[in-house]
Amino acid sequence: MIFPVVVDVTLREGIADPEGATIERALPALGFSGVHHLQAGRTFRFDVEADDEARALATARALAERLLSNPVIEQTSVRMGDA
Amino acid sequence: MTRIGVVVFPGSNCEYDAFAGVQQLGADAEFVWHTATDLAGFDGVILPGGFAHGDYLRPGALARFSPVMGAVADFAADGGRVLGICNGFQVLTEAGLLPGALQKNRGLTFLCEPTTLVVTSTRSALTASCQLGAQLSIPINHFSGAYTCSDETLAELTSGDRVILRYARNPNGSRDDIAGIANAGGNVVGLMPHPERAMSTLVGSDDGRILLEGFLGVAAAV
Repeated sequence: MIFPVVVDVTLREGIADPEGATIERALPALGFSGVHHLQAGRTFRFDVEADDEARALATARALAERLLSNPVIEQTSVRMGDA
Repeated sequence: MTRIGVVVFPGSNCEYDAFAGVQQLGADAEFVWHTATDLAGFDGVILPGGFAHGDYLRPGALARFSPVMGAVADFAADGGRVLGICNGFQVLTEAGLLPGALQKNRGLTFLCEPTTLVVTSTRSALTASCQLGAQLSIPINHFSGAYTCSDETLAELTSGDRVILRYARNPNGSRDDIAGIANAGGNVVGLMPHPERAMSTLVGSDDGRILLEGFLGVAAAV
């Protein structure tokens, strides 16, 4: 079976996020106030061929940790996507 | 004659400078394509600057899986000298041969300028010929050059005398002003600045010579 999967990669807590900080600083000038703790990250979507959902997620988790993220500075979260 | 392998990934762009720098100091240089799996016969290996595999995903993230990196890991484990410059440093951290990571510069600016480095340890293949505390003028040329690591890693690096070069004035937000580090054995070194671009006063500085001389193991010509 084919399972659509979504992987989010964000910076670990305590790791400087110059991209997020820059975006947040730009917001007041655009009229957005009261927006805080903006964090930049990345999303990856792909389909995994597997026997069941648990195995699809396990594969996604493994590749998220091995390739899609650098565990030294980034964390990942894996979830099922929309079919 | 000392023989140095200069690894070339698709997207490397400082390999000729590294090649020329090695030759200028009287050693032999040879390009090694990233698909090579054998580094036998080399006295040292340089991973040059550039954008290996386009820097897609993250700098070094894909290069780490190039076939040559297995050979580099074996070479390093046997005590061989490995030098990662700029993108090469990023590749070494992604490959786990050096701890920590290189993040986007503070201020999100691509930096291309001379920097003053302070030699903070001579216990590495790169800084062996230097005087402790010496100041070197070496240019940087990077977007992701801010060294980042955990508190534990920083403590290990500091107590092990493994922070080999620090910026006199931090240009990029690098943790603890770190410009270059070494592994525990001192044979694997990485730095963001480009010593191979500081080989002649004609281009502003020849302070890169003493670093590369250290790496080649030749006596420092002070």
